[in-house]
Amino acid sequence: MKAVFFINQNQINTMKFPFKIIALALIGGLFITSCGPSTDDVKKDMRGEGALSSDAAERVYVKPGEYDEYYAFLSGGFSGQLAVYGLPSGRLFKVIPVFSVDPEKAYGFNEETKPMLETTHGFIPWDDSHHPELSQTDGETDGRWIFINGNNTPRIARVDLKTFETVEIIEIPNSAGNHSSPFTTENTEYVVAGTRFAVPFQQKDMAIKDYKGNFKGALSYIKVDSVTGHMNIEFQVLMPGFNYDLSHSGKGKSHGWSFFTTYNTEEASTLLEVNASQNDKDYIAAINWKKAEEYIKAGKFKTMPGKHAHNLYSDETHSATSEIIDEVKVLDPAECPGLVYFMPTPKSPHGVDVDPTGEYIVGNGKLSADLTVHSFTKMLKAIEDKAYDGDAYGIPILKYEAVHAGTVKQPGLGPLHTEFDDKGNAYTTFFISSEVVKWKVGTWEVIDRKPTYYSVGHLMIPGGDSKKPTGKYLVAMNKITKDRYLSTGPEVTQSAQLYDISGEKMELLLDFPTIGEPHYAQGIHKDKVHPKTTKIYKLDDNHHPFAAKSDRDTKVVREGNIVHVYMTMIRSHFAPDNIEGIKVGDEVYFHITNLEQDYDVPHGFSVLGAQNSELLVMPGQTETLVWYPKYEGVIPFYCTDFCSALHQEMQGYVRVSARKSNTELKWSLGED
Amino acid sequence: MKGRILMGSAGILLLLMFLFPMWKITLSAPQYPDGLTMYIWVNKITGDEPGTLENINLMNHYVGMKMIEPSMFPELEIFPVVIYIVSALAFIFAFIGRRKLYLLWTGLISILGVVGVYDFYTWLYDYGHNLSPHAAIKVPGQAYMPPVFGYKILLNFHVWSYPQGASYLIAIAVFFALLAWYFTPKKAF
Repeated sequence: MKAVFFINQNQINTMKFPFKIIALALIGGLFITSCGPSTDDVKKDMRGEGALSSDAAERVYVKPGEYDEYYAFLSGGFSGQLAVYGLPSGRLFKVIPVFSVDPEKAYGFNEETKPMLETTHGFIPWDDSHHPELSQTDGETDGRWIFINGNNTPRIARVDLKTFETVEIIEIPNSAGNHSSPFTTENTEYVVAGTRFAVPFQQKDMAIKDYKGNFKGALSYIKVDSVTGHMNIEFQVLMPGFNYDLSHSGKGKSHGWSFFTTYNTEEASTLLEVNASQNDKDYIAAINWKKAEEYIKAGKFKTMPGKHAHNLYSDETHSATSEIIDEVKVLDPAECPGLVYFMPTPKSPHGVDVDPTGEYIVGNGKLSADLTVHSFTKMLKAIEDKAYDGDAYGIPILKYEAVHAGTVKQPGLGPLHTEFDDKGNAYTTFFISSEVVKWKVGTWEVIDRKPTYYSVGHLMIPGGDSKKPTGKYLVAMNKITKDRYLSTGPEVTQSAQLYDISGEKMELLLDFPTIGEPHYAQGIHKDKVHPKTTKIYKLDDNHHPFAAKSDRDTKVVREGNIVHVYMTMIRSHFAPDNIEGIKVGDEVYFHITNLEQDYDVPHGFSVLGAQNSELLVMPGQTETLVWYPKYEGVIPFYCTDFCSALHQEMQGYVRVSARKSNTELKWSLGED
Repeated sequence: MKGRILMGSAGILLLLMFLFPMWKITLSAPQYPDGLTMYIWVNKITGDEPGTLENINLMNHYVGMKMIEPSMFPELEIFPVVIYIVSALAFIFAFIGRRKLYLLWTGLISILGVVGVYDFYTWLYDYGHNLSPHAAIKVPGQAYMPPVFGYKILLNFHVWSYPQGASYLIAIAVFFALLAWYFTPKKAF
């Protein structure tokens, strides 16, 4: 019986989708009647065991001391951070704190970085980071910055790829659930940020059931300074109250446009899983941002309230500042003809992806069994011909047939995201059928399919959403891990998988665990980043107001019950390392400068009873830890980063006296 | 005439010494894959990075070696003056054009070169042997004298020490002066 009815995973994978379900059902049925393949065989097959080519290990092995070929930046999802890996090894290099505090690096705990997490709601120690996006020049990743969105309290962050530190965070006003962000234009003129939740515009107290027609969605265009990278919200486009899910910008011939997917065009406010899945087609919104610039220039905008925080970190003062900006410029599409068009796209499209030529716009209709592709050329023609199918809140809806370029027929179930390679192929993830499908752009034929373990969300090919994709590796980021790794109890690691896409057929090479939950990712060749990174901060360029740039500059200054300690560290001592005259109830600021000017010689600082974190200070940098001594005593502090042969001796004492004592304030190093 | 030109050229070569280091000492250890490189010039001591000297000092203080600071070397003040004087002599001798003077100059600069290298040796000896009694790391019998010329292993460091451009300039200047002597007829006038 077994020999007759056994169907292996590869056969399943090459079947068209409905047959696959039937095949799976058949296996299931046979299993129940206990005359099918053995449970173990099916399980083994489901895990993809035995499907690996024999030299897979060799292809992901990076010899000790050698470098990976690519950087991969995977978002941390609900961890709020951004993780840096190497490809093909899948080794984790750094977790860059972005939206969540990190006591290891004192991010959000030291005085310098606290302003980075300020918002109009005050200090927020966490967010949900989804989509990293590398800066681009002429449609190609340039390795200068990487942007990432904070989903929950809408924000966009910019990470500098010289230092791999978060250097700027801007809050997005009139927005909620900052999901369709931050996708860059061809020359990083803008990164865009769309609202997932429609909300009252302006926010106000009103009945939820009055959603329809009253809630709005704001799409923000954040201007990026081409030299400094500084961000500001240039304008917002005030859209109908749909949910704006994802975005990508046009490139090449479609440069000047950006595309946003929508769902819940039904404008439901409850039980969305049903109520937002009723319309046969939702829309891809096409925004002509060059046109928007003209309207802004012509003064066709309204200046509206839009309170938002703008936080900026400086490598010179090693400190961040936070300011509140009150207003934004808003464009209303109903008053700006030619600014926005809707392209009907089947079944709640999730990702919208533009092929490297800029011609094809792929709508990944997540409840559809097909994949819909629109043509940019046809879209322009449809606009010219006014091939409209009515309008939505004054925004023309283009005729589906007039913009439709082709359909990839029944490639799988639950398409979410598409990326491209350098040979004219596209790769789409299917969440429900848990696979990556390779298809040909233009002919829409399916070339190959490979299972993922399990339920893939985003995928990433280095440069795969730019004008110059690479064609070597594909990373699939899975939503479910189950049994792929040694168990760690109910909560298990998240997982990414590396595929070789250089051949006609994709090959699975490697599983590797990830932090948080990776959503989107970006990849870039090492040569665009590695040689340009900062090794040390020059002490001469340190303009921190509390820096002590040599042991001679160290001092302790009391102002009432506030005490400033100007301290230095260098292998292997603190200066001063004996401090007396601190009193219970004082507010003590340790301003600590690392005097080292050598690569990879950070020093740490921790003091007993500190209620915040340690400090981890890079060479040439100054950081500040505030400490509230609670009891009298002699309190030790020490270096937390094993810095040198005499690291263990790198320690000191603070004498804490009673509030009313008259212990003299003094400090020293090397005196008895 | 040939002699005068060669002698004058020798003087110019000496002046060019200010443009190149005389000696190069490179330290390498597992923690310093790129190495720490120190250059000794006629009038200064530099590193390949702005912080190199500090980094060498930071390493060396664990075993009690002295801090290298350019201000502790009177040589860096004296050397330039000597160079100016000797090159001025070269020009004067070239002007006079006597072959015996060329030979005298050759002898002078050769002696100065030997004295310079000996001075370098005594400093390296002192630097490597005269250790602070309070050093954190003491290895009985271990001295840290870098080689004057060549390669040596000192604890965890590999050390290379070789002459650089300015030293070669002296050698060429000596050679030029000898040529000047050779090409100048005995009866000059």
